[in-house]
Amino acid sequence: MQDYELMLNAYARAGGTPEVFKNSKIAHLVVHKNKVIGKHIIEGLILEPEETSSGVNIKLKVKKGIKIENPVHLCFGVLPEEGMQEINIKAKVEDGAGIKLLAHCVFPNAIKVVHKMEADIEIGNNAFYEYDEIHFHGDTGGIEVIPKAEIRVGNNSRLITNFSLLKGRVGVFDLDYESEIGENSVLEMMTRIYGYGEDRIKIKEGGRLIGRSSRGLLKSRIAVKENARSEIINELVASAFDARGHVDCIEIVQGNARARAVPIVNVTNEFAKVTHEAAIGRVDKKQIETLMARGLEEEKAIDLVVSGMLK
Amino acid sequence: MEILKIDKVSLNLNGKQVLKNLSLTVRKGDIHSILGANAAGKTSLGYLIMGCGGYKPEQGRIYFLEKDITEVSLSERARLGITLAWQEPARFEGLTVKDYIAAGMKEKEDSLIEDALRYVLLEPKEYLQRIVDKTLSGGERKRIEIASVFAMKPKLAILDEPDSGIDILAIDNIVDLIKRFKSEGITILLITHREEVAEIADRASLMCSGMIVKEGNPQEVGKYFKEKCIPCPTKIYSDEEKGEVK
Repeated sequence: MQDYELMLNAYARAGGTPEVFKNSKIAHLVVHKNKVIGKHIIEGLILEPEETSSGVNIKLKVKKGIKIENPVHLCFGVLPEEGMQEINIKAKVEDGAGIKLLAHCVFPNAIKVVHKMEADIEIGNNAFYEYDEIHFHGDTGGIEVIPKAEIRVGNNSRLITNFSLLKGRVGVFDLDYESEIGENSVLEMMTRIYGYGEDRIKIKEGGRLIGRSSRGLLKSRIAVKENARSEIINELVASAFDARGHVDCIEIVQGNARARAVPIVNVTNEFAKVTHEAAIGRVDKKQIETLMARGLEEEKAIDLVVSGMLK
Repeated sequence: MEILKIDKVSLNLNGKQVLKNLSLTVRKGDIHSILGANAAGKTSLGYLIMGCGGYKPEQGRIYFLEKDITEVSLSERARLGITLAWQEPARFEGLTVKDYIAAGMKEKEDSLIEDALRYVLLEPKEYLQRIVDKTLSGGERKRIEIASVFAMKPKLAILDEPDSGIDILAIDNIVDLIKRFKSEGITILLITHREEVAEIADRASLMCSGMIVKEGNPQEVGKYFKEKCIPCPTKIYSDEEKGEVK
């Protein structure tokens, strides 16, 4: 019970609203380390967690034709200073179904914590899957976050992922998402991270646009300062007629931080097109001076520009 | 009473002399036009007064309300009451119009932010949550820039070509806004290359090649600009010629 309350406190600090866990119309799952400490299911949704020695295996399924009305709330975390959490998700959204998941991952006291996530996601035809993941870390940077996902999207479907890590130290972050997009389907992946101290950020997002008229957008917004390092590898492959994609990466670098971006565009069909843009550097001088001309000190002007970009 | 005095200022940018021994006085409460062709040094003068990075005079002094601000930082000048509306206003990913306008306000009340938008004829409900990025048209961005200047309630607003990049019909609106600034007690330094806009001022200065070559009644300065400068936009004035036109 105590862990549950502490998790909800951390969840609230991460920006979540704990009241949703009392709402009978909203499905939820709360996992602390390898223990399921809260769960509520609604009709049409199969959500089956199984505790393991180091985490939880989760089977998630949305039945054919069912669109889950409210976002399903997930809360994963490790409250002690040390620990390991391995979350394995096997998700299936059947034809004509849809779900939005809102995951908060909280590690407020981490000194030596590892959080791994392995997801295998299958999205059927005429379906949608939206996954928002928000992290809340402590100030020590003693955490490793390693999310991996393999996602297959059918025809006339939509996959949207939003990942943000803006509160607390990043620690070591190594994201690897791969996706395969079917006919007339849409992929959107967005990552927003603010790293500082000795944080290490590595992001690898991939989309294979294999279906006719499929669409893909990989977007990254990263700010690093002090001694933080970041590397973004975004790859879009378009192999189908009328497939369209865009890779968009902006990284702001301050102090001794270092950033690297590798946008990869690979087109193997003459009627497909993929574009990319990447910008790395300090905050634009004109933006800073515009705000300074309104009376802000330089540091506050930079903070405002960076926080806007990461919104 | 003078609000701004520039005394024999010279400015060198990347080895090029962009302001040459320039002196200028702006009276409190006036609209003061700085008229000139492209590359005359008007914008550089605006940046120099504002204290933008790299625009530090190699000689001469700048006084604001009799205080020497030559060594004062950009932020501090803004807090003293000077601000600048850029010719090409910056765009900010993710920053809302509301947050942008509020940035320069001492009292960040919603009603005051809404007033600032109404002042530039923009409906607050439609604009407060818009992002100050490329989704705004050039004209909308100009208006929001002016709204943010208005919301700051400065003593001196430098408006760098507020009439550029907008359609001819919208120029009358901009001119009305500038006049309303004056009615609010804000002194305006109006940088422009249109003599018809410069003529709304109480006083005008004509710039060419980093120098002020004529000063006084805006209509006379405008007429001179139209007759002499437009046919010769890149003319470099010799000291002798400069004396003659003055």
